[in-house]
Amino acid sequence: MFDSLSDRLTQTLRGISGKARLTEENVADALRDVRMALLEADVALPVVREFIEKVKTAALGTVVGTQLNPGEAFVKIVHAQLVAVMGEANDGLNLATTPPAVVLMAGLQGAGKTTTVAKLARYLQERDKKKVAVVSADVYRPAAIDQLETLAGEVGASFIASSQDEAPLAIAERAIEEAKKQFADVLIIDTAGRLAIDEGMMNEIRTLQAGVRPIETLFVVDAMTGQDAANTARAFNDVLELTGVVLAKADGDARGGAALSVRHITGKPVKFLGMGEKSDALEPFHPDRLASRILGMGDVLSLIEEAERKVDKKKAQKLARKLSRGRKFDLEDFRDQLQQMASMGGVANMLEKMPGMNQLPQGAQAQLDDGRFKQMSVIIDSMTPHERRFPGVITGSRKQRIARGSGMAVPDVNRLLKQHKQVQKMMKKVTRKGGMQKMMRGMQGAHPPPPGARR
Amino acid sequence: MSEAEEKNEGSLWRRLKDGLSKSRGALAEGVGNLLLGEKEVDESVLEELETALLLTDVGVDATQDIMAALSQRVRRRELNDTTALHAALAKLLKDMLVPLARPFAVSDAKPFVVFFVGVNGVGKTTTIGKLARRLQKEGKSVLLAAGDTFRAAAVEQLKVWGERNGVDVIAQDQGADSASVVYDAVQAAAARGHGVVLADTAGRLQAKTNLMEELKKIRRVVSRLDDEAPHEVLLVLDAGVGQNALGQVEEFDAAIMLSGLVITKLDGSARAGILFAIAHKLKKQGRKLPVYFVGVGESVEDLRPFEPGAFVDALLALDIEGGQSS
Repeated sequence: MFDSLSDRLTQTLRGISGKARLTEENVADALRDVRMALLEADVALPVVREFIEKVKTAALGTVVGTQLNPGEAFVKIVHAQLVAVMGEANDGLNLATTPPAVVLMAGLQGAGKTTTVAKLARYLQERDKKKVAVVSADVYRPAAIDQLETLAGEVGASFIASSQDEAPLAIAERAIEEAKKQFADVLIIDTAGRLAIDEGMMNEIRTLQAGVRPIETLFVVDAMTGQDAANTARAFNDVLELTGVVLAKADGDARGGAALSVRHITGKPVKFLGMGEKSDALEPFHPDRLASRILGMGDVLSLIEEAERKVDKKKAQKLARKLSRGRKFDLEDFRDQLQQMASMGGVANMLEKMPGMNQLPQGAQAQLDDGRFKQMSVIIDSMTPHERRFPGVITGSRKQRIARGSGMAVPDVNRLLKQHKQVQKMMKKVTRKGGMQKMMRGMQGAHPPPPGARR
Repeated sequence: MSEAEEKNEGSLWRRLKDGLSKSRGALAEGVGNLLLGEKEVDESVLEELETALLLTDVGVDATQDIMAALSQRVRRRELNDTTALHAALAKLLKDMLVPLARPFAVSDAKPFVVFFVGVNGVGKTTTIGKLARRLQKEGKSVLLAAGDTFRAAAVEQLKVWGERNGVDVIAQDQGADSASVVYDAVQAAAARGHGVVLADTAGRLQAKTNLMEELKKIRRVVSRLDDEAPHEVLLVLDAGVGQNALGQVEEFDAAIMLSGLVITKLDGSARAGILFAIAHKLKKQGRKLPVYFVGVGESVEDLRPFEPGAFVDALLALDIEGGQSS
């Protein structure tokens, strides 16, 4: 997400970076571009206007000739304003109450509430070690309750049954009692999608909120929403006491201006991003990181956090010990690495967070298909343990056997062996003292520096 | 057809207007101000109009072109007051959408196969339910294919629609191969003599290359049964969608070759001004893609054929029932 907005701003700002100083004229040019980019990113017009005013005021007041050059100063201002619009720091969920802490979901039809319930349940179970129960108060959409039941089963949350004959408030009250009996820490209540202008339905959820007094009421908004995000957010915020926002479907190429709009209009923090179809694809929202990402500065912090969470530590330590004893990085290790990469959401997901990576052409990004990594694992699977440990023995006829066994061709096997050699070489460098720093420097050199980055 | 349904059908315009009246919001407000007291057209009026267009998701490109056309005529003194400007705007907007109007027609292919594709949560399954009812009323025999094998309970959701309409649903379990479900359905329809197959597919974001490949596969597999199939591939768009819809049209078209659009959820506060952005872009590319239906409510009868005149009039808050629709 945000790719195009980031591209646009990066482009605009690059133009300004080349100029000697910030003049009213060149700021005006850049501001016009920023305005267009934000509108094309579906940021609500009132929000765009205010944003541009603030940036302009700040930019023109900046004294040129201090530490930063004019371009860098401008980037800093835009960045600071983006962060200010999106909220200063990451707000997690507030669950500090007598259990069960009730979380109520609200939003338009098709925003992604039910999927988010399942993701949130998994998130709270895995990261916060909470016991989570879920219930559906959507008595309208056909099979909505079935959907939640299936998803609850998948993520291992306790599903409290409900039926279309019950009133939503009755369902919720019964679910709270049930959750207490189960000693659940958290109860997440899914609700029917509703239009902000549907008074009857808005009254229903108002009554529901008043009746169950949830500690968190999350407004789920589709990242692809246009200008209407502002109207809808305002309407829900007027009727309900919202405590936060979830931006769903943020893994597409939507520029996600809705995040800026909703945050600005409701004043409520965006707490999570939905980043994919799988139930683990929910990420905490970090305004400062996202602002950096918008400006093409990358989101390395998220990446590191994700790595820490998902990488199998035992295996990693084992590998480190092995390498430090001077042993070689063999094909078994290579396969482990490939599998860990897949468990981190694949290369595309990782690249999205790397600085400068959004400057790769779209085509090249699409080519980094995770299917290829699966293929590589399969090739290694088709080798004997001896071959994996001593790749040197793999000669012509062995290659043919491996290719047949894995359903690939011999050139695929050759490519894999070559790639393994390259990684092996890199590993050697890393295990040398100070190797990692040297490698990172090398990587930085390979990409154009993000705007405003000090070399 | 029940009496209540007859009545609903009769007041089509009221329903569309009711739906759209709520969505007038910004554009009507902006244009409403223009209409008040035959003001002279000056910069501030034009700026107000530009704002109104942007707030309706018309998009930067299309808005710039619309404004350029109108400003030019203002400079030439062709549009002296706001009433004239308003009329010119209405005509211009209608002209933009006219190429998008084409009635949805079922040929006598046996069966006539329709795919529904789109991003997650736009209302594909609901639209299928409504269209099935509509086609039944026209005397067609319909079969539904539960091709969304990914989302939990999507199959059940379609089955409920099937029960409501008394229509058979061909389904396999969640996680089954979508292409094989649709293939089965087309085969079953041919064997059982159903005239139309409406095939649901899982919602997918257009940036997900592998999921778009899966769509291609569904088309490939079905065309083995009939070269012409699928006869229609409809992209379902949420009225609230922003500029991302342009990418949706482009990517889905590239993957599976669209033949039409459906706009859902027009009964909310969203205005689907994105249609102008889409029309603008399609025109530039010389590509024709009709909007067959708009969804203006939750009930089965609320799926309506798209009519550009009525759509623009409702958007600009003209009196539709007064017969002003050109």
